[in-house]
Amino acid sequence: MNSFDAFKDPALCRSLLGRLTEEATTPMRFMEVCGTHTVAIFQSGLRSLLPGTITHLTGPGCPVCVTHESEVAAFLELAARDDVIVATFGDLMRVPGPKGANLKTASAEGARVEVVYSPFDALALAKANPDRTVVFLGIGFETTAPTVAATIRLAREQSLDNFLVMSFHKLVPPALRALLADPEARVDAFILPGHVSAIIGVDPYAFLATEYGVPSVITGFEPLDILQALIHIVRMRRDNAPAVINQYSRVVPEHGNQKALAVMAEVFTPVDALWRGLGVLPQSGLAIAEPYAAFDAFKVLGITLKDHPPLPGCRCGEVLKGKMPPNECPLFAKACTPATPVGPCMVSTEGGCAAYFKYRLEA
Amino acid sequence: MCLAVPMEIISIADNVADVEIGGVKRQVRLDIIDEAPAIGDYVIVHAGFALRRLDREDALETIKLFQEGLNLELL
Repeated sequence: MNSFDAFKDPALCRSLLGRLTEEATTPMRFMEVCGTHTVAIFQSGLRSLLPGTITHLTGPGCPVCVTHESEVAAFLELAARDDVIVATFGDLMRVPGPKGANLKTASAEGARVEVVYSPFDALALAKANPDRTVVFLGIGFETTAPTVAATIRLAREQSLDNFLVMSFHKLVPPALRALLADPEARVDAFILPGHVSAIIGVDPYAFLATEYGVPSVITGFEPLDILQALIHIVRMRRDNAPAVINQYSRVVPEHGNQKALAVMAEVFTPVDALWRGLGVLPQSGLAIAEPYAAFDAFKVLGITLKDHPPLPGCRCGEVLKGKMPPNECPLFAKACTPATPVGPCMVSTEGGCAAYFKYRLEA
Repeated sequence: MCLAVPMEIISIADNVADVEIGGVKRQVRLDIIDEAPAIGDYVIVHAGFALRRLDREDALETIKLFQEGLNLELL
């Protein structure tokens, strides 16, 4: 048997699950902080096999879900301009803003909205449309931010003057701090995001253990990865030895990706940011830094964030904080379904509500 | 949206590589990868950029997961 087969071996999976069940004797609430983990935990069937002592919370790890109503309003204001082409990742199209408006309805009303696969494609769009301003909507965490930073740097190297970025990028560690500071969230442990960690490395998570005594594991997306992470967590709690363990070293270097971190630091600057459900979190967002101000859609086009209240009835905020499972929201599977989403957690395939809908209702 | 997928490098020209997974071909930028990849290497790809070089065997493990279910359209 080669290592590939071993990694997939159902017997090994059963054995790890047995060990976890045996060792998880005290109640424990763990949160995964990554939309891809959310999907992996449901899709693999792992969630229904976890021992009864372990409660799984879906966290704020879906960038679309944490995009605030006020941010959606800002990019809808942008889309309403005649001189602008909005370039965006596809999963922002249906994210609801004030009064349920979204990019799809804006597009139906005449806005020019182009779905791109990469920020670099938005640069090509700007070159192909010299008479318009192409604005890329910069949504995402530390995985995505360096790709946008590199694109902005390329735009400057190529002296493109009709390419702008509206940056809503958010940083994962400040969100974890906010969750731990909220006594109602009651998170005992984190499964940390693999691809965000591939960029930032292990060090930025150290405070989870040192300041809050919360054990955490950076892990991959195989069921065995997740099971092993949970066993590490249960043992760290049993031994009262909280730490941050990197169990995904095949992808995550201890000190992160220096080249990606350097371009992020060059193009962006940390700012306070609005998160849906979590509110304003200090130094948790990335704005375009002064030397690159000519590419900042907010500054160049004079758009500001305006206060917008949460969508009526939507409980995405509580879901993102682990305070409420999606199926306890009064709108869940009634007014709010993947076909008719009220809130962003039901829109995105990586959202906690969408995962509950798909995997719980079918089961 | 944060989905990142391992793909095999087929060719490299300047700062751009042709990559492939299961018959899906893409071009990816190499601006932010900190360990220069070679043809035949696997790289983790996100939003049109290679993020990280992977060992071939490790990559094959991860690929299988994506082939088994996660939506390739989200690449």
